[in-house]
Amino acid sequence: MSTILEVKSLHKSYPSADKTLTVLDHINFSIEEGSTFAIVGPSGSGKTTLLGLCAGLDRATSGSIYLNGIQLDDLNEDRRATIRNMYVGFIFQNFNLMPTLTALENIMVPLELRGEKNAAIRAMDLLDKVGLTNRKHHYPSQLSGGEQQRICLARAFSNSPKILFADEPTGNLDEETGSSVVQLIFDLNREAGTTLVIVTHDMELAEKTQRTIQLKGGRIVADRANVATVMNGRNN
Amino acid sequence: MTHWLFTMAWRDSRRNQSRLLLFISSIILGIAALVAINSFGDSMQRDIESEAKKLLGADLEVESRAPFNDQQKALFDSLGGIQSKEISFASMVLFPKNGGTRLVQVKALEGDYPYYGAIETEPVLAGQDFRNRKAAIVDNTLLLQFNTAVGDSIKVGEITFPVVGRISKVPGQTGISTTVAPPVYIPMQYLEQTNLLQKGSRINYKTYFKFDAGVDVERMMEKMESSFRQEDLRFDTVEERKNEIGDTYENLTGFLNLVAFVALLLGCVGVASSVHIYIKEKLLSVAILRCLGAKGKQTFAIFLIQIATMGLLGSIIGAILGSVIQYFLPIIFSDFLPVAVSLSISWRAIFEGILIGLFISVLFALLPLLSVRKVSPLAIFRTSAEVETGKEDVVKYGVYLAILLLIGGFAFLQLRNFKDTLFFTGGVLLAFFILAGVAKGMMWLVRKFFPVSWSFIWRQSLANLYRPNNQTLILIVAIGLGTALISTLYFVQRTLLSEVEISGSNNQPNMVLFDIQTNQVNQVASITEQFGLPLIQQVPIVTMRLTSIRNQTVEAIKKDTSSRVSRWVLNREYRVTYRDSLIDSEEITKGKWIPTANSGGDSIFVSLEEGLANSMQVDIGDPVSFNVQGVILKTFVGSFRNVDWRRIQTNFLVLFPTGVLENAPKFHVIITKVNSDQVAANFQQAVVKAFPNVSIIDLKLILKTVDEILGKISFVIQFMALFSMITGLIVLIGSVILSKYQRIQESVLLRTLGASRKQILSMATLEYFFLGSLASLTGVLIGLAGSFGLAKFSFEINFTPAWAPLLVTYLIITGLTIIIGIATSRSVLNKPPLEILRKEV
Repeated sequence: MSTILEVKSLHKSYPSADKTLTVLDHINFSIEEGSTFAIVGPSGSGKTTLLGLCAGLDRATSGSIYLNGIQLDDLNEDRRATIRNMYVGFIFQNFNLMPTLTALENIMVPLELRGEKNAAIRAMDLLDKVGLTNRKHHYPSQLSGGEQQRICLARAFSNSPKILFADEPTGNLDEETGSSVVQLIFDLNREAGTTLVIVTHDMELAEKTQRTIQLKGGRIVADRANVATVMNGRNN
Repeated sequence: MTHWLFTMAWRDSRRNQSRLLLFISSIILGIAALVAINSFGDSMQRDIESEAKKLLGADLEVESRAPFNDQQKALFDSLGGIQSKEISFASMVLFPKNGGTRLVQVKALEGDYPYYGAIETEPVLAGQDFRNRKAAIVDNTLLLQFNTAVGDSIKVGEITFPVVGRISKVPGQTGISTTVAPPVYIPMQYLEQTNLLQKGSRINYKTYFKFDAGVDVERMMEKMESSFRQEDLRFDTVEERKNEIGDTYENLTGFLNLVAFVALLLGCVGVASSVHIYIKEKLLSVAILRCLGAKGKQTFAIFLIQIATMGLLGSIIGAILGSVIQYFLPIIFSDFLPVAVSLSISWRAIFEGILIGLFISVLFALLPLLSVRKVSPLAIFRTSAEVETGKEDVVKYGVYLAILLLIGGFAFLQLRNFKDTLFFTGGVLLAFFILAGVAKGMMWLVRKFFPVSWSFIWRQSLANLYRPNNQTLILIVAIGLGTALISTLYFVQRTLLSEVEISGSNNQPNMVLFDIQTNQVNQVASITEQFGLPLIQQVPIVTMRLTSIRNQTVEAIKKDTSSRVSRWVLNREYRVTYRDSLIDSEEITKGKWIPTANSGGDSIFVSLEEGLANSMQVDIGDPVSFNVQGVILKTFVGSFRNVDWRRIQTNFLVLFPTGVLENAPKFHVIITKVNSDQVAANFQQAVVKAFPNVSIIDLKLILKTVDEILGKISFVIQFMALFSMITGLIVLIGSVILSKYQRIQESVLLRTLGASRKQILSMATLEYFFLGSLASLTGVLIGLAGSFGLAKFSFEINFTPAWAPLLVTYLIITGLTIIIGIATSRSVLNKPPLEILRKEV
């Protein structure tokens, strides 16, 4: 398997008042294509910052990130936006659906940005996969949290990403809804052969991935394979 | 991709249409005002063009201050065509029915003038018939004023005429031009018998010509120009009159356009404010789009399309509204129109209005909109990262420059004068900066000296002024600018009026009797004394013409192309007095006042008014000669005087010493003061009955007339200012409604935590009180400064601020701000928190 994401000597700091606040320091890891991966750690450990950097949402202070073999650090924001649209999918804790678009339209956006002709057909197909065909004309405010996250999931897979970043995907959901969404994430991921990177502080969820790194104070304090999951080939 | 951008713009706008409508509502009235004025202006220019001959009533009008001599008459005959004659002058008339007297413009007419158009009368035929018999037609307003009807009589000089018609319209005259001296037409053959053509009276002699259809009058007069000039004759052709009137109305529409433009600018401030709030709320959507791979330009384009569409829609609605409003303008402008305006849709005005509206609304919206390009996708996680840091956005400065150029360019198109354009643009910018500075200053002060010991309600309402997403800047600019505009108009009008009122205050004379012949002066003085009135001044007046300056004849100066002597000093008739002392409205600024000239060989030293001396290009000691009704009189410039023309005095450009003009033909002026209206009426009646040729100017009448004229002018300006006022209100309402979306969460939270309706209401009232109070106060102060500048530098009069209206303006605007603020926030007050949360958030 080839490497889809490679992070080398990553450092991120912000100016804060009269001193510099280091959020990430000396981060190194790589992720194989098609694998599942979790980043865990307590609040403020730099998980979300790391996810943002890996997905090309921000620039590192120093170090390099290679996504699908492309060095992100050299690219401007518009170029990184194109990379995101081509290779990356996102799932967020607070869903981040566009409030002014219907469920169907939200799923269509990444496809339309690529200029795909049959965006609506593909979006309907995904809507069907997440079981919300009957909610296609509903606005996000008319949907429950679980439904919104499923729309978010459909949108994330709409552009057939090579890598999917999920930021606390169950953080805003009750346990039952959360586990059904997790199930759906892993099912769709398996079906599409996508690499999955989950940021979470839910260890149970992290253990469903093949590998977990643990952050603390902006540094990797542990990097381990989830043996049970690896033994099962992939999580079920 | 372009199609997708439009689709996204449409999709995103569906849930925001009511709020987007708020943007456009603020520019609608500004565009409507512009389109209305320009459509109306187009219609009027077209009618002036098509009715040009009716403006003059003839093909050619020739005018002189002296009766036409044989040489001039021969010149007229050489032109061919048919002629009509008119002699006009100011004189008193008396209405025998009720003894009323008034200064009017007597016009004695002979011939068929007007050849184009008609003197419109009631009954219709009276305008033509009166000239064949002993009859008069009289201005309609004058008849109404003196409760006189057709069939009653009017005494003009020594002749009593039956009134056979009331005049509603004379070719080329506007309602406002007849307010000062309303016209009374009499047949020429009875003029002599009125005995009003006395020596020294200021009389206009006119001959009107009508030529055969094939005659090119313009070309003919080009050839004849030098002959007419030699004869001191002034003339007007149809083309010249048309251009004069056209220019006047172009200036008028230009000025009104600027007033409308201020309304539009105010609306654009509203647009910028609304877009600012709108975009702030769209940041998450922008960040999501950026996350999903949309480029900065694409997200920017989506919102730009929305704003431009709304700008276009607002401009179209404004243009339609403006096209409708123009049909009401003839009512507003009725006293200023030289022709009956036939209105029609002006596609040019509509197109221009839409283009300006679209362009200016997008330009103002760009200021907040540009930030969309810089929204970081990271904002999806945390709002503190919403805008990418890095280089300064230089495009922003380009937009500022474009706005500046647009304002300046528009002003220049209307004013066609660089200095005025600079004044207007600078004034608008200065007002903007002052208001923005006041707003920022207040936020800084409140934050810096925050009264931590005050009660929660006071602290909360004060904190609202500087918290994130506050409306302080925009509300203060919008309300302040509107207030400044309205109060400037008000103060200027008031200053102009009080200037006239000061002239008529207690110790000043208020009645001037003029055109008194030498043999009448003692009797008029005696009537004055019989009425117990003081003879404040008794002034002899001698008329004369200039013959040479510094030994160079007037003719030679006229031919000398290098001469810097102003033409007006060469052609005019000088009305001169003589005395041995100066009066209190004049003072010597250079040279020496020599009070008497001994008869015999002494040199005569005259005193010239400073402005005249400058126009004559003379200095102390220079010789100046006058023709005093046939006798050439050589004088020397002895002194220059500064004259206060505003005083009710007989002031003169040229003042002679005693001992020179005593035996010259002259007439007299008597100045007195009358305190009671009844005495004034009886006195005037007695003078006019005994001496019909004596004219009387009653300052009360002048005051009334000036008041009436200013009232009419200010009505038009206030009508236009109304657009700014309403726009200001819309911007205010829009800003409050838009800020409500931001405030609602906090208010609901406060309600949830147990804040009472009264507490929330008190907070809102205090906040809008602070905003309204500061904005209106600053606006009024800018208005005061603006009116002071206009009074001092433009009108050159003393500025007299009125404090009571200032206070009233402050109270009204502040009250209005509070009422609108409370009214638009009431949904938070009256409903349960959960209901609002579900509905609004």
